[in-house]
Amino acid sequence: MSSFVLQFLNGLTSASTLFMVAAGLSLIFGITRVLNFAHGSMYMLGIYLAYSAIGAFSVGGVLTPVAFWGGILCAAVLVGMVGALVELTVLRRVYRSPELFQLLATFGVVLLTKDLVLWFWGPEDLLGPRAPGLGGAVEILGSPFPEYDLFLIVVGPLILGLLWLLLHSTRWGLLIRAATQDREMAAALGINQKLLFTSTFALGAFLAGLGGALQIPREPAQHFLDFTVIVDAFVVVVVGGMGSIPGAFLAALLIGEVKALCIGIGEIGAFGFGISLPKLTLVVESLVMAAVLIFRPWGLMGRALAVLPDAGEARPLLARNTAATRMAGVAIVAALAITPAFANQYSLVLLVDILIFALFAASLHFLMGPSGMASFGHAAYFGLGAYAAALAFKQAGLPMEISILVGPLVAVLAALSFGWFCVRLSGVYLAMLTLAFAQITWSVIYQWDGFTGGSNGLVGVWPAPWLSGRISYFYLVLLLCGGAVLILRRIIFSPFGYALRACRDSPMRAAAIGINVSRFQWMAFLVAGGFAGLAGALFAFSKGSISPEVLAIGQSVDGLVMVLLGGVQTISGPLVGAAVFTWLQELVARHIDYWRALLGMIIIVIVVAFPHGIVGQLFSRNRAKE
Amino acid sequence: MKGLNAVVRWMIAFLLLVIGGAALAQGSIKLGELNSYKIFPAFLDPYKKGMELALEQTNAAGGVFGRNLEIVYRDDNGNPGDAVRAAEELLTREQVHFLLGTFASNVGLAIADLARQRKVLFIAAEPLTDKITWQNGNRYTFRLRPSTWMQTSMLVPDAAKLKKKRWAIVYPNYEYGQSATAAFKDLLKKSQPDVEFVTEQATPLGKIDSGAVVQALIDAKPDAIFSSLFGPDLSRFVRDGNTRGLFKNIAVFNLLGGEPEYLDALKDEAPTGWYVTGYPWYAINTPEHKKFLAAYQKRWKDYPRAGSVVGYATVLSAVAAMKKAGSLDSEKLVAAMEGLQLESPFGRITYRTLDHQATMGAYVGRTGVREGKGVMTTFSYGDGAKFQPSDAEVRKLRPAD
Repeated sequence: MSSFVLQFLNGLTSASTLFMVAAGLSLIFGITRVLNFAHGSMYMLGIYLAYSAIGAFSVGGVLTPVAFWGGILCAAVLVGMVGALVELTVLRRVYRSPELFQLLATFGVVLLTKDLVLWFWGPEDLLGPRAPGLGGAVEILGSPFPEYDLFLIVVGPLILGLLWLLLHSTRWGLLIRAATQDREMAAALGINQKLLFTSTFALGAFLAGLGGALQIPREPAQHFLDFTVIVDAFVVVVVGGMGSIPGAFLAALLIGEVKALCIGIGEIGAFGFGISLPKLTLVVESLVMAAVLIFRPWGLMGRALAVLPDAGEARPLLARNTAATRMAGVAIVAALAITPAFANQYSLVLLVDILIFALFAASLHFLMGPSGMASFGHAAYFGLGAYAAALAFKQAGLPMEISILVGPLVAVLAALSFGWFCVRLSGVYLAMLTLAFAQITWSVIYQWDGFTGGSNGLVGVWPAPWLSGRISYFYLVLLLCGGAVLILRRIIFSPFGYALRACRDSPMRAAAIGINVSRFQWMAFLVAGGFAGLAGALFAFSKGSISPEVLAIGQSVDGLVMVLLGGVQTISGPLVGAAVFTWLQELVARHIDYWRALLGMIIIVIVVAFPHGIVGQLFSRNRAKE
Repeated sequence: MKGLNAVVRWMIAFLLLVIGGAALAQGSIKLGELNSYKIFPAFLDPYKKGMELALEQTNAAGGVFGRNLEIVYRDDNGNPGDAVRAAEELLTREQVHFLLGTFASNVGLAIADLARQRKVLFIAAEPLTDKITWQNGNRYTFRLRPSTWMQTSMLVPDAAKLKKKRWAIVYPNYEYGQSATAAFKDLLKKSQPDVEFVTEQATPLGKIDSGAVVQALIDAKPDAIFSSLFGPDLSRFVRDGNTRGLFKNIAVFNLLGGEPEYLDALKDEAPTGWYVTGYPWYAINTPEHKKFLAAYQKRWKDYPRAGSVVGYATVLSAVAAMKKAGSLDSEKLVAAMEGLQLESPFGRITYRTLDHQATMGAYVGRTGVREGKGVMTTFSYGDGAKFQPSDAEVRKLRPAD
């Protein structure tokens, strides 16, 4: 019994921590509709800054309460200022871009912050001091429980209360609520939106920084924090309902408690086989999120989001091929076809990567663009395609030529089941449910050592001898990826593609003329999943090995970045985005140590210079000229 | 006109590529090193410094075959896909003679398999996975650092001596932690059949929920704990365990816990009396280590970490192999690596012909706090040659070439 109570308290502590990060994220999303990927970086900055500030305030190395709490507050305020700076310099310029484009900008900030932190604070983990006066433990039911954890348990609800007061009894809070509900109307009534957005961002970042800084006695400052935190924060925000602060609190509570219980209960046995619950902590967030979203499509306390009339221009109709673009396409393919004649061997290796990622990005674009469903978990199909091909080859002993086809087949099957659930949702909720499924798939592959090779993955996945040369494999990839991209393009302009766009632009009218909207969207998942699976299968054989990274979040994010970089409203955009991103990353990683910072800066510059994506911008320029 | 411009630009780019390629052709001997410098900087920064030191020493002593030795560094971004691409770039564009490095086990295995496919030598410096020399071992791959199994088995004699009955286990939930746990349970059961494992906590790597995990361990009432945590997970585990009194009257064994990379972060909260494997650079009195230590501190104005020794010894291994082979031919290099002996900062090591594992060992001992810093107080050197399964067992695990 006592252990149950203590584990419940542990759950409360982690819930408080989760809530503080998620609250800021939810607030920012509610007002600006920006999915702030850099929120985790703000958390990380908070903990690093707190470490330094506390050190600086401890005169003569003596840690006083003033130094400790002053350091934490100072760190949080600084992070708030950084948040405001990011909003002023970058995000302000891209509010009118196509949806999710802001995500790309914040991704650039993530990369930049990562390297700045490494450069400034060095590579080692920095474990901060214990809180003066709260460093010990109190006895609860015969077991010592850290005083600081008790303090955190109080802080979470306290911040919830303060935020509630701020939103409900100040003028600023009134404006925030007005803007959350109807941004355009608020603007029409003469509310200074710019100031509102900047201040929201500053407050959100302040909360993230505070959340980080308050962890200083509990965990060391280290470089992975941004990524581990951001995913958890997104999950909490979505489970709670986007923009709902009390919802975020409830969600944090749910996730914190489920996790603590998994660890507390340990091994359970039923029907003759045992399940190790602690192992579930790897995916418990995703499991909770999937379960909640399947039953509550808007999260625990969320509502359907108001449509933003001023967010992004109306989508242009996708341009059909003109004679000129057709010529350009033929020229590019022809140029690629003759590269082996003059390029060095490595160019072929790089081109194979680019072609595979181009297909991956194109398949994601099929979902995001014409079908209007963003996916944050597209790596699931890519990775399943890769694993299925590798397993068919290694475990089932099929020839390589057949194994490559098994990849897309399995990916389609996965899309069949994941898509069925996902098409019931929309917008960010849909995107996050795809992420949940991807994470669950990832964790199964990561854990299933005997079959998938676990975290090490599978090796020895090499092409058949007649395809094993770099040149012959390049031609295979060119043929399959090129063909697949053409087919995707054909589908977009087929009646099916037009129907999908109808479902995206006006689901009600589409339904009225007899289109089964969710059935069509479901089929879009199959198409996108299958082509991603093909890309994955080709990827596996091009590398000779495969490991769970191919279906981890990083791979999904790379796909998103490629699509957004090129321009989500064009068909060739994703291809260009994939090429530019892969090539840039390869190039900068080779030439400078702090390559992530440079890549981040390049992305930020591209975002500001091409607010519609690279290809999207070129097209809109052309249109403007006409 | 516009089209012409583009054509001209492409031609210039192409010409530059060709010229660049030609300029690189002769001169120094190039080795390709790839690693996750940005993902695991705490370990790989010192590692790279160790490499540079060995490289400078080699070149100061006249290089290899009278030619300068050069290392081309590449960041593998911590994932096998990028790593394979970087390795291909090293092999084709940079024309390196063979490959070194890697940290994460999955990356190490991917490059090992690439080495087999492309038939080039690969000296895996860091990856700990047993599979790289056993289940997935191949003719072209050699590994320097003592494997998970070796390091675990170094802790087992002390664990068995304590005759503790109830053991709790905590490990990061991926291959390294799983293998360490499996090896530990297996070996301990052999020497102490009545041992009981009361709880197993598998924690997500880098995301340990330390409060709940520590509480679960307290509730299991163990006599001893075996942990393979490291890095931030270890810091959180130690701090929460200290606060909640988990470690009182309990023997704790922690793989890698004595490596400065992980022990130093804990400062004065470093645990006392834990059994760990690690690298007590401040107290190793062998002449070969003293020499290394002096050179390293002189060059970098910093103390070495475990990674520094690995980086240093990796380059020494590469140099020794080239000298023994008398050639840069892959097959000859592989033949030279088998049974290769050299002097490392830890003394003489041998690359076993049987499974291509180096016999470099680790220091095994107990932790304590001195002057506000975690140190290994008593320790002995666990020679890697002694902590191996029988040859017959290894043969069973490792596929024939």
